[in-house]
Amino acid sequence: MTKLTELTIAQAREALKKKEFSAVELTKAYIDEMDDKRKYNAYVLETPDVALAQAQKSDEKYANGTDGALEGIPLGIKDLYCTKDIRTTACSHILDGFEPQYESTVTAKLLNAGASFLGKLNMDEFAMGGSNETSYYGPVVNPWSKDVPLVAGGSSGGSAAAVAANMCAAATGTDTGGSIRQPSAFCGITGIKPTYGRCSRYGIIAFASSLDQAGPMCKDVRDCAIMLNVMSGYDAKDSTSAKVEVPNFEAFLNQDIKDLKIGIPAEYRPEGLNAEISALWDKGIEMLKARGAEIVNISLPHTKYALPTYYIIAPAEASSNLARYDGLRYGLRVNGEHLDNMYINSRTEGFGKEVKRRIMIGTYVLSAGYYDAYYLKAQKVRRLIRQDFLNAFEKCDIILTPTSPVTAFPIGDKSMQENPINMWLNDVFTVSVNLAGLPAMSLPIGLSHDGLPMGLQLIGKAFDEGTIFKTASALEQDAAFRKGMK
Amino acid sequence: MTGLIIEGKTASWEVICGLEIHCQIISKSKMFSGASTHYGSDANENVSFVDAGMPGMLPTLNEHCVYQAVKTGLGLNAKINKYSAFARKNYFYADLPQGYQISQFQYPIVGEGHVTVDLSDGSTKDIGIERLHIEQDAGKSIHDMAPDKSFIDLNRAGVGLMEIVTKPDFRSPEEAGAFLRKLRSIVRYLGTCDGNMDEGSMRCDVNVSVRKVGEEGYRTRCEMKNVNSVKFVMQAIENEAKRHVEVYENGGNIEQETRQFDPSTGLTKVMRKKEFAHDYRYFPEPDLLPLVLDDDYIAKVKADMVELPDAKRARFVKELGLTAYDASVICENKETADFFEKAAQGHDAKKVANWLMGDFFAMLNEKKVELKDSPVSAENLGKLVELITSNVINGKTAKDVFAIMAETGGDPEKIVEEKGLKQVTDMGAIEAIVDEVIASAPDNVAAYKAGKNNLLGWFVGQVMKKSQGKANPAIVNKMIAEKLN
Repeated sequence: MTKLTELTIAQAREALKKKEFSAVELTKAYIDEMDDKRKYNAYVLETPDVALAQAQKSDEKYANGTDGALEGIPLGIKDLYCTKDIRTTACSHILDGFEPQYESTVTAKLLNAGASFLGKLNMDEFAMGGSNETSYYGPVVNPWSKDVPLVAGGSSGGSAAAVAANMCAAATGTDTGGSIRQPSAFCGITGIKPTYGRCSRYGIIAFASSLDQAGPMCKDVRDCAIMLNVMSGYDAKDSTSAKVEVPNFEAFLNQDIKDLKIGIPAEYRPEGLNAEISALWDKGIEMLKARGAEIVNISLPHTKYALPTYYIIAPAEASSNLARYDGLRYGLRVNGEHLDNMYINSRTEGFGKEVKRRIMIGTYVLSAGYYDAYYLKAQKVRRLIRQDFLNAFEKCDIILTPTSPVTAFPIGDKSMQENPINMWLNDVFTVSVNLAGLPAMSLPIGLSHDGLPMGLQLIGKAFDEGTIFKTASALEQDAAFRKGMK
Repeated sequence: MTGLIIEGKTASWEVICGLEIHCQIISKSKMFSGASTHYGSDANENVSFVDAGMPGMLPTLNEHCVYQAVKTGLGLNAKINKYSAFARKNYFYADLPQGYQISQFQYPIVGEGHVTVDLSDGSTKDIGIERLHIEQDAGKSIHDMAPDKSFIDLNRAGVGLMEIVTKPDFRSPEEAGAFLRKLRSIVRYLGTCDGNMDEGSMRCDVNVSVRKVGEEGYRTRCEMKNVNSVKFVMQAIENEAKRHVEVYENGGNIEQETRQFDPSTGLTKVMRKKEFAHDYRYFPEPDLLPLVLDDDYIAKVKADMVELPDAKRARFVKELGLTAYDASVICENKETADFFEKAAQGHDAKKVANWLMGDFFAMLNEKKVELKDSPVSAENLGKLVELITSNVINGKTAKDVFAIMAETGGDPEKIVEEKGLKQVTDMGAIEAIVDEVIASAPDNVAAYKAGKNNLLGWFVGQVMKKSQGKANPAIVNKMIAEKLN
């Protein structure tokens, strides 16, 4: 029999319904797994007691037939989500000991559906980073590491590693420029960033408000559909959440994709693209072609401006969003002679290097005399990037690209430590999607020569996650990545 | 012409002034959270997670604040912008928990308009409104409770404000004062702001510069923040303008700066030089969608508009025959105007106005009560006037009746009835008294007939006395004169 922790949500739910094991047993199995694999540093806070208490309630619900969509399913929660009475720090020193007195809308939905929370997952500080190395709690180790410890990707590195190492049935992530998709690709799991506005941002610590979006990170495509169905929906507490119907995403799985037009953007195959990644992409194209989908060459001409645009808009919003961390009301306070000194001392000690870098960039691009040249220009380019996608979707239903130009790299990689631009370049295939507010999924397709997972990205039209699920389910079957793992 | 000209040694100087007024919006809850706006609660009692700038909290717009802003915009004869957007104004301060104020910058909800003010020389002047935008208030820092500590009260943090910016149209302190009073009157009529400058629900920033008479363009201006009474605003303008003139006359230059007005001296002093001015790094608020209003919405607000002071005053003059002066006194305050209209309903409006502005206001002053708590109701004041006009009581009795009403809150008709104060207009009854008086004073009758005309008053007095003041003096007068001639 497979280990309980290897089961997908769909499988575990089935077994729980049949009373093959209890929610408490399932939870305990995950708690054991967390004990065994602490070396990955995936969790920054473990809450086994909370999870067991919730599991007990779930068992009662299964007994009296009132079980919810995620009844008894143990989840890991990215530390960016505010969880009531459970320490939430965004993996920043500045939020030391902060216990929210409120629950984020998304985690509240998960709890209502019967999920239990195993703990808070490691991440880059305030979700700023692509390798989980900016976390105050140290880097996450990719479970695929062999001799050299590799990064799990970021910012949702803890989520990706925990799912990959079976330390939770599924995890929540957030994605501002690729933070769900890139670590999913690095750790060989499936993650979807839904359309901007699909999930409420209420109670998720803000990085860049116009780009941030919650999403699930799971063992497979079906689990993503199950999770996303629970997490989605309009929320009056988030004015930017969308009043659109949430379809049953599971219903899109295992459907014929014969009539689908798959867009392949020329700009995503720059000269010098890693040959293995390039080959993986071709493999994906062939799989879809073999199923009768039509492959359409498309152009997203403003792609080259996406990174600079992103690295103006995201820091600009972040510089303002992070102004509230002043040492006054919660978290870390380092006293000073006057109010200004207290601000300076608290923020100097409380924020890490990458966060400070982005606050400074953001402050700069919004300053008088620079606003027009940077922020305003970036907003204009952002519209052009969005328009590129709208034009492309006239010709195709969905777009297939690689998720990341690289596979997981060693922790402490010198070139990236010395030049942050090299780190930022890893976001090249993911940031456009956030700038355009579109949904996109990363799913594992194959392994590199050195045995590391590589993922492909499916980009859909706004609020058309359905087509992503449809296409992903086909690719998933053909790639048979999880089968290969065993 | 009510402009203030300051005569210098080298030239005559004209005052240029514009105002920025922050009006606290009347609403039950704050602009971006559900917390109460109740004034006078314990410190930090009305604070939501949003107001406290807790991580992950998001603002949601209170529709009523939008309604109030549109209503005010209509009251300022201004253009309502169907598209407006929120922006963040970033700065660090202890009573600003989010580290930014949600405001409007490039796209305010209300555009250009104007307000007509009445000046002491009887003329009127249109003051241009540049814009009105909505934003959230900050909390309060309290520095004087402990020597080494500051305290923060966030009850006010997030309360809705309307910032009204005028064009630099004021040419004298008087014009600015008249404008502030008019604005206060308008927002109170509309119920969009209570206009209490001393409580800080209406706060005024004053921009002042001067220029030589006849000069084109504007010179450097200085801004004085939070001047909190009409009187102080007028003082600040005058003294700041004089300071500018003095500097220029002495060959100096005015620097753009923010200054603080000191109410105890009436003078201003430097608060912040231009080079230390904040860079607020405004940018579009990504947590809120742009605010889009349709014609139906604006029409709905329009339908809820009340008659504003200017229109009401004109109507009182035209339809109720009030003098322009009485009408403007009565209309300055909506409660007074409403009270008056209720009292005048079906009665002699001019008389009601006289009573209201005379004995009635004097009574409120003496008792130190607000109009809403007046012991004399509008209906009863109207009834009292009616008793006079219909000759049931005379003016003198009316004053006595009013005094009783002020004490007991009673109905004047009942008071007159119970105390037997009804004026006697029954000719037979009066004639009997007149005959009695004439019969009892043959000497005086003879003297009168001999030409001592002033004795007529003595006869009238006797009759009034015997009737206990209830006889109609006009009838008595006429009757005695007839009988004696």
